[in-house]
Amino acid sequence: MTFDPILAAVRFGNGLSPDVTAPASVADMLTLLAGPDLAAAAYPIGLFDDIRPSQWDFRLVSSDIQAAETDADREAAMQRRADMRAASNELWARNTTMQLSRDVTTRDGMRERLVRFWADHFTAPPTNGAWRYHVYPMIEQRIRPHIAGRFSDMLRAAVMNPLLIQYLSQTQSIGPQSEVGQRTGRGLNENMAREVLELHTLGTGGGYSQTDVREFAELLTGLTYSARRGLSYQTNKAEPGAEVVLGRSYGGGEASLDQVLQALDDLALHPDTARHLARKLAVHFIGPEVDADLVTGMAARYLDSGGALMALYEAMLDHPAAWGADLRRVKRPVDFVAASLRALAVAPAELNDWPYRTVARRIFRPLSAMGQTLHQPLGPDGWSEDDAAWITPQGMAGRITWAMQMPERMLDRLPDPRDFVFHALGPTPPEAVVFAAHAAETVPDGIGLVLASSAFQRR
Amino acid sequence: MDRRRFLTGATALGCSAAASPWITPVAMAAAPWDTRLVVIILRGGVDGLDVIQPYGDPHLAALRPGLPVGEAGGAFDLDGFYGLNPAFGALKPLYDAGEFGAVHAVSTPYRSMRSHFDGQDILEAGLPGLTGGGLRDGWLNRLLQTTPGLEPEIAYAIGPEQMLVLSGEARAARWSPDAELRISANARALLNVVHHDDPLFRDASEDAIEIVEQIAAEAAAAEAAATGDGGEDGAEMMMMAGSTSRTSDTTALARFAASRLRRDTRIASFSVNGWDTHSRQGRIMGRRGQALADVLLTLKADLGPVWDKTAVLCMTEFGRTAAENGSGGTDHGTGGALFYAGGALRGGQVMGDWPGLGPGDLFEGRDLLPTRDVRAYAAWAMRGLIGLETRVLERDIFPGLDMGAAPRLVL
Repeated sequence: MTFDPILAAVRFGNGLSPDVTAPASVADMLTLLAGPDLAAAAYPIGLFDDIRPSQWDFRLVSSDIQAAETDADREAAMQRRADMRAASNELWARNTTMQLSRDVTTRDGMRERLVRFWADHFTAPPTNGAWRYHVYPMIEQRIRPHIAGRFSDMLRAAVMNPLLIQYLSQTQSIGPQSEVGQRTGRGLNENMAREVLELHTLGTGGGYSQTDVREFAELLTGLTYSARRGLSYQTNKAEPGAEVVLGRSYGGGEASLDQVLQALDDLALHPDTARHLARKLAVHFIGPEVDADLVTGMAARYLDSGGALMALYEAMLDHPAAWGADLRRVKRPVDFVAASLRALAVAPAELNDWPYRTVARRIFRPLSAMGQTLHQPLGPDGWSEDDAAWITPQGMAGRITWAMQMPERMLDRLPDPRDFVFHALGPTPPEAVVFAAHAAETVPDGIGLVLASSAFQRR
Repeated sequence: MDRRRFLTGATALGCSAAASPWITPVAMAAAPWDTRLVVIILRGGVDGLDVIQPYGDPHLAALRPGLPVGEAGGAFDLDGFYGLNPAFGALKPLYDAGEFGAVHAVSTPYRSMRSHFDGQDILEAGLPGLTGGGLRDGWLNRLLQTTPGLEPEIAYAIGPEQMLVLSGEARAARWSPDAELRISANARALLNVVHHDDPLFRDASEDAIEIVEQIAAEAAAAEAAATGDGGEDGAEMMMMAGSTSRTSDTTALARFAASRLRRDTRIASFSVNGWDTHSRQGRIMGRRGQALADVLLTLKADLGPVWDKTAVLCMTEFGRTAAENGSGGTDHGTGGALFYAGGALRGGQVMGDWPGLGPGDLFEGRDLLPTRDVRAYAAWAMRGLIGLETRVLERDIFPGLDMGAAPRLVL
């Protein structure tokens, strides 16, 4: 129940690597997290605001196709659209391999895991599957910079995320008494307000009522996004007057985004939010059932610090429960693939050389087979924290197939399974896995068995 | 990487082409016998007590409260003492027609260690044990060795995995429906090993492996269709592609076996796997029973008139514990059952000396006591079908075996 470098790498990072040393202590982990983002600098991913082709580029070319007066014009426009689609696929593939490169090479594994955790907390799948290539840049711009900062800053950035605004129908929410509401007769859409309270801050069962949801939805009116104008706060859509959320009044004068941000800051520091975040983090990293005193302690440290995420992490890592020897959680498919590439030490130069089709064959499609279509969870609550939902026959078939086949295709030379079992699982792997690594008929089988073993699949 | 992938693909294609029957010469020497022997290895350790249920034994029901037996479980009565698990119900008409039967309370000489690998090795090697023998071939291969000069096509090992039972100095043909995607039997068995102590992974993996096999079969079928392989064997592949059931891969093996056995092939062997029912046995039996029934019925249908001179032996490495375990299944045991089918054998009966399931009757207090070496039945089948001498069978094919009295097995 004390710090262990192997557990630190496996439970809180992307697992072991033959080339990278595991964290030396909790202090080491926290120092890395608080320090510069070296992985992002080494393997850059562009920001959402800089994406080309953008959603607007696609709208323009579509209208060009419709407006074309000659066949030649139409064909030219259609060719441009096809080129843009190919370019966006390549960007999607490249950002994926850049992220995997970070996972493979970093010493600061917890950072990558936290980025995925918070991106999942603020899940914002694109409303059009063809826009999946927007997700990594969105995470890069709106989640990643804040993972070691204040939760309120991340909350602000995440709520003002164009993908989330589209996904949660905030674009359709109009103050009924606003100028636009009065003119068009349109009204509120409470979706965004409800999910921010239920999923992002206070949590299910948090102390809020339907009235709070409605008032918060009114407060959020005005915040919107369009492909042409980008993110904006439109006062002519904002509900006039003050709104009372959780007993606190916001606005009253001229509607402004500041009132929304103030409410988000208050939500970030609400005790229910502290408990919700603490519990979710602990469940995600440590186990399906977590000690009440762990959650209480994490929440208290978070509130004492004025909402610093580092305080949450520190309280979690300081607790003996973080270092229990039992591996009680299962790697999600994305984490499993990242950990496998890391254990195999696949070179970033190789990864980043894969064209879209190769990434689709080796990463995207296999992840779908394992049950995790990348960046396309089914609902706003993100991916399941229930391990039984992942380790299904179908999901396991996807994991086994990938484990047995892909390493051989990705590497010119596979490691010896008898060594690899130690690379992947550390100095004391379970005897059954050591036995399997020795007893396998072929090298790819041996590697596959280690990767498919529950010892590797768990964390 | 693309070049490497191309090379890998080319190698896989080359291998499967080399093993493909349609490019081997058609002229071959006929075997000096005309009967057909099919040996199906049921890997994983079949619970004979659940398939052929001795419901007439007063102790059975109490040992297995969660695994309903006899009338309560919907079993088909066979002879007033034994009942057939309803999952195998499709075989009841075959039983009634005298073309399906079983032998109970048999096992290989393997005792007490209960390892799949060792158990299967002993079963396929046909030896009393793994130590001291020095023989590294299978008993079907040693059968081939008794008649020098046979063409390889006389015997077929079918399916993706190495069949030790047919491996050895005498050349046998091999055919496998899948080219690239494959999980070897060894890897499958080892997956069971690495997940044995983790119920979440163990249960999902058992089912997953079937899915993986299905993916493999479908990929192979797609590849065959894409490369436009013609002829009879191309047609086999297309049939696989058209099938949607999870057992499509194993019935495809049976179909291929029949297509060979209708001609000059005399011996065929393949595996039907997935019998390691540590948990949720009822569910797994349901599917495996259907799979095995499909295999036997496919063989009968596709063999046509050749079925009358065919013997099919279904053998497993060991039986399972007499008592149900705590997870709705049974664990590795000792005594089990041999299933057989075919027009050349005397079906419609369950043979064997029943040892009983009372507390003092069990082997090591937990398993069905084997009352006869399962190899004796295989030996008597070969003696009747092929005319091998007892001396050859007891010395060369199954060293150390005492064949004992002749069972009423071969017609």
